[in-house]
Amino acid sequence: MSRASSLVADTWKDRRRFLLSWFALPFSLVAALLLGAVMMLALGANPITGYNALIVGAFDGSYALGSTAVEAAPLLLVAVGICVAFRANVFNIGGEGQLAMGGLASSATALALPHLPSIALIPLVLLAGAAGGALWGAIPGAFKAYFNVNEILSTIMLNLVAVQVMNWLLAGPMVDKTQNSTYGLIPETRLLPKASWLPIIVPNTQLHLGVLIAVVVAVGVWVLLYRTSFGFRVQAVGLSRDASKYAGMPVKRTMTLAMTISGAMCGLGGALLVFGSISHRMVTDGSLTGFTGSDGFNGIVVALFGALNPLWSIISAFLFGGLIVGGDALQVATGVPADMVTALEGLVVVFVVSLEYMRRRSRATSLGPPGRSRGRPPQVAEPVPPLVAAGERSDP
Amino acid sequence: MSHFFTYAILTATVATALGLATPFLLAALGETIGQRSGVINLGVDGIMLLSAFATYYTALQTGNLFFAILVGMGVGVVMGVVTAFISVTLKAEQGISGIGIYLFGLGFSDLLFIKLVGTPLPISSLNPINIPLLDRIPAVGNMFFKQTILVYLAFLLVPVVTFMLNRTTFGMKIRASGENPAAADSVGVNVARIRWQAVLIGCTLAGLAGASLLLFDGIFQENLTQSEGFIAVALVYFGAWRPTGVMGGSVLYGLAIAVVLSWKSLGIIPLSASDLAATAPAVITVLALLTVARRFRQPAALGKPYERGG
Repeated sequence: MSRASSLVADTWKDRRRFLLSWFALPFSLVAALLLGAVMMLALGANPITGYNALIVGAFDGSYALGSTAVEAAPLLLVAVGICVAFRANVFNIGGEGQLAMGGLASSATALALPHLPSIALIPLVLLAGAAGGALWGAIPGAFKAYFNVNEILSTIMLNLVAVQVMNWLLAGPMVDKTQNSTYGLIPETRLLPKASWLPIIVPNTQLHLGVLIAVVVAVGVWVLLYRTSFGFRVQAVGLSRDASKYAGMPVKRTMTLAMTISGAMCGLGGALLVFGSISHRMVTDGSLTGFTGSDGFNGIVVALFGALNPLWSIISAFLFGGLIVGGDALQVATGVPADMVTALEGLVVVFVVSLEYMRRRSRATSLGPPGRSRGRPPQVAEPVPPLVAAGERSDP
Repeated sequence: MSHFFTYAILTATVATALGLATPFLLAALGETIGQRSGVINLGVDGIMLLSAFATYYTALQTGNLFFAILVGMGVGVVMGVVTAFISVTLKAEQGISGIGIYLFGLGFSDLLFIKLVGTPLPISSLNPINIPLLDRIPAVGNMFFKQTILVYLAFLLVPVVTFMLNRTTFGMKIRASGENPAAADSVGVNVARIRWQAVLIGCTLAGLAGASLLLFDGIFQENLTQSEGFIAVALVYFGAWRPTGVMGGSVLYGLAIAVVLSWKSLGIIPLSASDLAATAPAVITVLALLTVARRFRQPAALGKPYERGG
């Protein structure tokens, strides 16, 4: 290949790299929405009416925006937790269980301390939620770090344990015994003390304090990841466990801590789900989704779409929160069930990871063929989000 | 407690356990084949949901259960093509793309269910087939030989898959692709093709698993599987990537669920604590994973896309 043509090829590769990194994510969303339009057409609905209803339902007016933000807050917290775990190359898909444990721990705290004033009770219940989730994240984290147990499997199993614990607690020890019911007690707590409710910060909307907390936490985690030595260790461990070990970093402790923080974020999200809810109770329909609304999985989508960066995740969470809120409006307008949003999220994930590979490959090739220098220093690629290869692990 | 140890209830519990274990076993066997070739498929649960709905809808429309099962398997094949394309051809991160497939299956199956069916109607169930002579053996006959065809099929597949993996050229190629794809490639094995085939077989079995779950329950509902597909993936690890081990795990899981159900209905454990008892299989699995992780090694190239010279 002549020098000129190789330069042309190089420029093209650079451009492709640029296109992929900046357009891959929006492209994934647009592609998923287009497929969604095809689905709507196939089901005999008008996609333009549908998407119009979705956008109006999610973003038009202060009430809709407030609802979207409220939906987005727990999503954001889960996503931020996912960012931390993924950056350490630990794949946390136990968000559902961690949300539930956070919800339970915070509800129990509020039920146990009904007479505290808001100023003390709200921080306490939020901390309790974070602690509940942290416990549920620390277990798979430690199992992975110290016993090489695949975290995907242990987190799934802990989800299954969490759902049963939740059903047991809400139907048994924590059930509202004052219910006036002839068909047995509904598995739910009694109305939580008013002092524990997250105050509404914008009148005439649902926008509560939790939204603000979620954003502050996201910024805090960004600082933790990018401006502290702990964050540096997390990323180093995520990029190469062996190299980090060689550099003398406490690899196992870092992985466990990353999962603990990840769980704590999800647990905090669970607390927001309870204390920011309209009913101000914790209710179960016997499944995890009944409480979480699949936020534990949706949070993964949000984090991926936010390029595993807590700050970008804020925007991403708002977008997907809107998608979820707008899904109901879509259902009303076209009769297409709101489940379509879940299907769309799945498609987004599939597109993002498919394009992610091409992005990584174009990065690798744009460094030029080996053994030939064009005077460009061999740049160290900025840490590519370590989208975890599920089975990949170092030796025990 | 004494109610439980009666002939009728014990045999009925074991018989139910085998029926409950069948979807786990089918899905986990399929996943075993895929993982031995180096591909981890976390979308099993979504595939099971889609095929369960397809089976349900076909059975409602035609009343032909065998045709319905075939359609369910067909959905598995289609999802297998998608999965293989993403995991093998596009070399995407398998753990995450699987979550995408799962979410798609979860949302899309319920979307179709609400849109096309709406009010759930039960469908007729598969008739049990009595194996002549064997079904007259006391106790054993009632437990093992009065099952539906899918149960027999699932358990017959265990020796078949074992033989296929260990004694056939195809099985060797699958294992080589999962252990050392570069070496397999160097002796002329087309790693991508082998992985495609393994994933397709795996997803077809996942489709069959969805169909068998649906026919066991006789009705579809939102999130019918309740994470059974994920459990099936865990059972592959539990069984240390061996079909017999996977069978052991599936039966254990089925037994645990059946025992809790039967104790609950007999009032041996109070209704309030039955939820806690239901955590037993998951806790056992986590503990089993602890020992498996120490004693067995997963396929060396599991979850790693293969690239020549890479």
